[in-house]
Amino acid sequence: MTTTTLERPDTHATAAPQTKAPQPIEHVSIICSKSTLDMAYPGLILANAARMSGIDATLFFTFWGLDIITENKIDELHVATVGNPSMPIPTMVGGLPGMESIASRKMKKDLEKLDIPPVREMIEILHDSGAKIYACQMAMDMFGLGREDLVPQVDGVLSAMDFYDKSAGAQLLFI
Amino acid sequence: MQTIQYAGQPIQINDEGFLTDSSQWTPEIAEEIARETGVGPLNERHWAVLTFCREDAAQQGTPPGLRRISKLAGVQMKELYTLFPKGPGKLAARIAGLPKPKSCI
Repeated sequence: MTTTTLERPDTHATAAPQTKAPQPIEHVSIICSKSTLDMAYPGLILANAARMSGIDATLFFTFWGLDIITENKIDELHVATVGNPSMPIPTMVGGLPGMESIASRKMKKDLEKLDIPPVREMIEILHDSGAKIYACQMAMDMFGLGREDLVPQVDGVLSAMDFYDKSAGAQLLFI
Repeated sequence: MQTIQYAGQPIQINDEGFLTDSSQWTPEIAEEIARETGVGPLNERHWAVLTFCREDAAQQGTPPGLRRISKLAGVQMKELYTLFPKGPGKLAARIAGLPKPKSCI
């Protein structure tokens, strides 16, 4: 009678060596799904910082994030004073007429002090930097928007599957 | 931190290649860093940016971000990316012998 021993595959031999140096990021793909100022700026600034460092940047605007690249909304983005857990005022006060515009004005002033431009100029800077700016086809259909409703810096309108193709090798961020 | 030979001089740089003492910088060092980082030979448009960066940093105490450069040095944003394709935010400061800018814009 012969016995056979089943050998377990040696996983340690094939595993990547622990000492491998971390690879630098070469491409970031950022999904912007909200358009209040506190949610719009982080994606735009992260994309810009990527380009400044020589990292490719792709932006995909979907759902409310579409407002950020919609011609008649881009200059009217505001801060949400209701339903925003970071707002240092009671929700009932935040709901009073005029509160949103006061909060928005204050944030825009604070941003200008840091040399952060208005959203329209951010989009122009990103376009000039070579970042790719895409709108989500499904969200466009949902809101009844056409290409002519978007700012001219938009590079195209994509399905989610197209977006993944454009994001090959990228690190993905959802905001 | 390490010491490296630039233009025949021992120069101190940090882990990311930025000079740790900007007073050690010379235009010859700038040419060498430009070659090393793939920017290539520096032309007068590069020098417009680098000169502005050094002057502005001396006045403000911190290297300028890209928006500041494009507004005040007379070089459009698009051109900055043509001059320093692999990341003008870092490269302009590094070639100008300045620290990495803190500005994200």
